[in-house]
Amino acid sequence: MQISISCGAVGVELELCREGVSAWEEQTGNRVEIVSTPNSSTERLALYQQMLAAGADDIDVFQIDIVWPGILGGYFIDLAPYSDGAEKAHFPNLIENDTVDGKLVALPWWTDAGVLFYRRDLLEKHDFAPPETWAELTAIAGTVQQAEREAGNGDLWGYVWQGRAYEGLTCNGLEWIDSFGGGTIVADDGTITVNNSRAAAALDLAASWVGSISPRGVLNYDEEAARGVFQSGRAVFMRNWPYAWSLAQGQDSPVRGKVGVVALPAGSPDGQRSACLGGWHLAVSRFSEHPAEAADLVLFLTSAERQKVRAVRGSYNPTRPALYEDQEVLGVSPFFDTLYETFETANPRPARATGTRYNRVSFAFSRAIHEILSKGIEPAPRLAELERDLLRLSRGGQW
Amino acid sequence: MTSDLTRARIRSAWLFLAPMLLVLALVAAWPLARTFYFSLTDAELSRFGDYGFIGLENFLAESRGVTYGILADPLWWVAVKNTLLFALVSVFFETVFGVIIALVLNASFPGRALMRAAVLIPWAIPTVVSAKMWAWMLHDQFGIVNDALLRLGLISAPVAWLASSDLALWSVVAVDVWKTTPFVALMVLAALQMLPRDCYEAARVDGIHPVRVFFHVTLPLIKPALIVAVIFRLLDAMRVFDIVYIMTGNAEATMTMSVYARQQFVDFQDVGFGSAASTLLFAAIALLTVIYLMATRADLGGRAR
Repeated sequence: MQISISCGAVGVELELCREGVSAWEEQTGNRVEIVSTPNSSTERLALYQQMLAAGADDIDVFQIDIVWPGILGGYFIDLAPYSDGAEKAHFPNLIENDTVDGKLVALPWWTDAGVLFYRRDLLEKHDFAPPETWAELTAIAGTVQQAEREAGNGDLWGYVWQGRAYEGLTCNGLEWIDSFGGGTIVADDGTITVNNSRAAAALDLAASWVGSISPRGVLNYDEEAARGVFQSGRAVFMRNWPYAWSLAQGQDSPVRGKVGVVALPAGSPDGQRSACLGGWHLAVSRFSEHPAEAADLVLFLTSAERQKVRAVRGSYNPTRPALYEDQEVLGVSPFFDTLYETFETANPRPARATGTRYNRVSFAFSRAIHEILSKGIEPAPRLAELERDLLRLSRGGQW
Repeated sequence: MTSDLTRARIRSAWLFLAPMLLVLALVAAWPLARTFYFSLTDAELSRFGDYGFIGLENFLAESRGVTYGILADPLWWVAVKNTLLFALVSVFFETVFGVIIALVLNASFPGRALMRAAVLIPWAIPTVVSAKMWAWMLHDQFGIVNDALLRLGLISAPVAWLASSDLALWSVVAVDVWKTTPFVALMVLAALQMLPRDCYEAARVDGIHPVRVFFHVTLPLIKPALIVAVIFRLLDAMRVFDIVYIMTGNAEATMTMSVYARQQFVDFQDVGFGSAASTLLFAAIALLTVIYLMATRADLGGRAR
């Protein structure tokens, strides 16, 4: 029997996927074909939509982004009859996210939240602690960048992140705005909240980075482009997902042993911290000819044992609270322990509230932010314009 | 009065034409008609097959004082502007450079065959590959273009070619010019090789300056070929998608009409709206072609000269 699974290829994803799949093949005697899909999540969704809309059975098990159950849910089978209660061992907010109209359309594979990577060696050298607020980050990045450049490290930048007009910028923008207390674009009840003075203040600060502590090119960076700059030793801080940890600590990494990870800064000293909730889940297509085997593969890959392998080998965050107490896991990625709260409480993007229109909301949002950052226009009037756009999209907030 | 023979010939002409007409109807007319039809519906990719007829609402509609539709979307007009700028500027430079390169390649010098082959390389590389290659070369931190310019002292800090909204479109245009100039050069070179020698000999005997010869003899003679090359390029440039999408994605600064249509279609699953955008794109290209043909009085019908 042969089934197929789609796997991402960011960092060591593909390698780990292959390992997990071979273990299942050995155990069950079935054959699995791995279909590699585009790295950009926007591209991947487009590909899935084309395949699923055409009713294609080429892929049985889909690796889906946490924001897609609302968009694609109708194409997936209910996993509850196969799971034997396995979903109870995962973070409840993730299972809630994967439940669409009472159907368990996916199981979480790994969870993700935006975190701040920093160069421990540079911060120690210049006598700084990791930043607690965005203002602190701005000041530290500026000071270290200037001092290092004067000392001959001319390529060094203060802070790199994801500034291309795509889903990644939606996450970055959401984190800035939410940590300033400006909300998450659209509230759970569908109210559009993005047009407020705190959001504008957050964007004012972010706009000040471009060209000063962040290279102008950051406006075309995705995850891997930012990692390329940070891992080659050209940046003090980087906002990225935890997967970058094991790569930055790899044998051939120029910054091996010099990197630390903390939660993203807060908007103000007593303010909240925010992290965009990410992560990838596994779902079974309803066009699959072997749903039982496909569901079994999903349960196998999301099991505690496999999630532990992924956590140890690739610093992929488990979706099971129990694994955050596992000494072997914590030994490899010590930040799992300190950031447990971040992962548990990370902020979902407004995908549930906006349903099938989430993509348009995300694009309108990232486009507005990109304009503010790249053209240096005032955030407040642009946010008002964004609110009008969203009102139009949602037919007056009804979605 | 038609004879039996003429009627038989007309009949066999239709017979021979039929397969081609059938194929054209299948691959060109039918999809076009479908696209046009879908542009009048509210079809969506996620619930395909279940749609209703909504007239021209995808193009322009008003409800409660707010205008909807493509024609009311400022992003669409940005895309139209970008597409026109891209098409006009890139085709202009491709034509100028193409003619110059063709003139050089038409002269006889050692290694000419090798040069002719080498010039074609940018055209031969698949667009996806060359666009990705250029995106890396133009990278602001480790791109070779910035490195070279820095070493030459032409710039003092790395330039973010693809990220800055003023430069991105022109960077993409430059890459397109690099890629497609060989096409124009090849078309012009073919025309140059068919030119009669005697005009040039007469000009040389009369001692006329080569620049005058070019504008008064060469250019008029290669004009028909040039017009065809330009129209090919213009149609291509108006529907440009791959090079833009690979280098800068959905970014507003470089968004063309095709990128806009794709986004509506695929990212937003809105088949109706996307079809409406495609229909407008088709109309824009058709209009531009008509204007161009009238302006150049080109004769593509093959009437005997």
